[in-house]
Amino acid sequence: MSKQINVALIGNPNTGKTSVFNALTGLNQKVGNYPGITVEKKEGICKLPRGIKAHIIDLPGTYSLNASSLDENVVIELLLNKNDKDFPDVAVVVSDVENLKRNLLLFTQIKDLEIPTLLVINMADRMSYKGISLNIDYLEKHLETKIALISTRKNEGIENLKNLITNFKELPVTPCIDASKIDKDYFDNLRKAFPNQLLYKLWLVITQDVNFGKTDRNEIEAVANFKTKSKGDLKRLQQKETIKRYQFINNVLKKGQTIDITQAKDLRTKLDRILTHKIWGYIIFFIILLVIFQAIYDWSSVPMDFIDNVFASLSEWVKNMLPNGAFTNLLAEGIIPGLGGIIIFIPQIAFLFLFIAVLEESGYMSRVVFLMDRVMRRFGLSGKSVVPLISGTACAIPAIMATRNIENWKERLITILVTPFTTCSARLPVYLIIISLVIPEGHIFILSYQALTLMLLYLIGFGSAVSSAYILNKILKIKSKTFFVVEMPNYKLPMFKNVALTVIEKTKSFVFGAGKIILAISIVLWFLASYGPGEQFNNAETIVKLEYASQNIDEEDLQQKIASHKLEYSFIGLTGRAIEPVIRPLGYDWKIGIALISSFAAREVFVGTLATIYSVGSDEEETIKNRMASEINPILGGPLFTFASGISLLLFYAFAMQCMSTLAIVKKETNSWKWPILQLVIMTVFAYIVALIAFQFLK
Amino acid sequence: MQDTLAHLKRGEKGIITDVSSIHIPLKLLEMGCLPGNPVQLVQLAPFQDPMYLNINGTHLAIRKETASHILIEKIANE
Repeated sequence: MSKQINVALIGNPNTGKTSVFNALTGLNQKVGNYPGITVEKKEGICKLPRGIKAHIIDLPGTYSLNASSLDENVVIELLLNKNDKDFPDVAVVVSDVENLKRNLLLFTQIKDLEIPTLLVINMADRMSYKGISLNIDYLEKHLETKIALISTRKNEGIENLKNLITNFKELPVTPCIDASKIDKDYFDNLRKAFPNQLLYKLWLVITQDVNFGKTDRNEIEAVANFKTKSKGDLKRLQQKETIKRYQFINNVLKKGQTIDITQAKDLRTKLDRILTHKIWGYIIFFIILLVIFQAIYDWSSVPMDFIDNVFASLSEWVKNMLPNGAFTNLLAEGIIPGLGGIIIFIPQIAFLFLFIAVLEESGYMSRVVFLMDRVMRRFGLSGKSVVPLISGTACAIPAIMATRNIENWKERLITILVTPFTTCSARLPVYLIIISLVIPEGHIFILSYQALTLMLLYLIGFGSAVSSAYILNKILKIKSKTFFVVEMPNYKLPMFKNVALTVIEKTKSFVFGAGKIILAISIVLWFLASYGPGEQFNNAETIVKLEYASQNIDEEDLQQKIASHKLEYSFIGLTGRAIEPVIRPLGYDWKIGIALISSFAAREVFVGTLATIYSVGSDEEETIKNRMASEINPILGGPLFTFASGISLLLFYAFAMQCMSTLAIVKKETNSWKWPILQLVIMTVFAYIVALIAFQFLK
Repeated sequence: MQDTLAHLKRGEKGIITDVSSIHIPLKLLEMGCLPGNPVQLVQLAPFQDPMYLNINGTHLAIRKETASHILIEKIANE
């Protein structure tokens, strides 16, 4: 009995499916992608009784097996493909005790595919609170399944669920409904044409929206003696099927479930009265945003300063302990500062994902969608665009993927195009370090000037996203039907385990995903900065010594002069100085130019790049910030990072499209190179112009 | 003229009578927006749109445009 069984978790959104997944797998889970598409694939391992192991997949949430998005399509593709290595031995349908009726729709569809199916009824702890009682025996008998009544919040019923999974072979595979009754002639015809296939499976293949997936419908349409139906007719049949399913469910629940409304307590109404109020609703939303920014800036500065200092002294320590040589230099000047440039952002990224996870988990995010829809529509966006725009503050990549539940293609396209304007966490490090250099300390009320500047930058990002959406809405001529359906889930206290796992997972993927690029670039940069072609680099020592021979300068100064001469004539120095004429009007020197170029791999590389460039040739133990502060503008004299050049840089980073991964995602999601290229050109040119104007005005 | 969902005022209730219009997405039906089911308007966003509804125990929000295709019969509040 060492065989591993495949278990698929399926359920409506907001049923606590992911909590069940977390309860079963704990930390034994990983997040990847389905091959070829950007849908997140969550899988994990769970140890069952009798030494059996279960491989568990947490499928994307869906209301039915009629896909209307790429995410939902993943569910159908898997359930229809018996040869898939993940094809479930048992499907576990997760439902929520308060929405059992609606959740059962999906359950009946899966049963009709004749896959062994188990029903989980989650949130059992809320039953008495809502006045619900269930007759489990009756339900099991009439739904022809086994039921696990659980509460992930109270951690109850999980063992029972594991037992039921282990004994999946005892589950009946009889269908709930005979779908062929909705149009007898049509289904008879279908049966005749494909005698060996499961009828309901054929029906699902036929009715899937053509836009999705690889399910081969042509195969069915190619069979000569089978008459197809028009799209409108198929839709009517789907409606009929849905009504039939609800009739079945209503019949079962009539005896299997009783709800005593007088017992129900209604927190939702009270909270909604305030949170969706036409004035208070917006004020509360604004305050929540304010708290998030204060947290990201103020609260995370303590661990960040600590990390910065640790890495500075680590570099110094390595230099002192190891023998002199190229390897020591690579370690102390390339790798350690590069690593520091990654680790330092962990506190902020963790905070950001913490807030986003809490807002999602609590059910508040749907209220924001509801409140903002009318406002956003004016700009050609949807209320659902708010979620991508907010998660865009973490990273544009998941944000662009989150646009998938926007039903209207035009609204979705515009959201994809403008999302990169929102301030992502990769811009944050750039903002933070420049703000701390050029914006004075001090407070107005309890908010620091620096935090306010940061908030302003977020507002600029959001503002430019919204205004470019407005323009795009006027320019783009795309006709598409508007429809918009958003579930308003119950308010829930976020579960610590879920939030913690999200934060850990996202932070990990930042550190290892972006981190790899940052580290690689740091090493490449160190090489480019430490070596160079020609006389000027190789004989730097002689040249500088000659130059200063007549003057009386001490040894330390001389070493400094040699180092900076070397840097100037290294590979990186030559490249940087080649592009300097283009960026000088913005107030930058060639070193910033290098950082700008390397930022196209990932924006957060900026700080690491400067850290690497500045640390080459400097012997003192220094934090990144102090090194930047002591840079001198080669032409104007005075510090390089002034108010004017700082603001210019901030604005450049606010507008420029500097992220190759985002461009790749946009290409994937829009299925065309046209949109990402437009994004790249327009955003970057605009950024250049704004930064130019800002510097020329302020200098 | 027959009442539609878009005619409901805050707190008012009705029974859905017809959802055959092609402007109604299947997803809405799957969430329980079917003839015979009760519906109540819970809340309206500013500018009366979108509408926050309780359909047969499921809470959801849809735009007024879609709501205007769903035919209902108002019922008096008890």
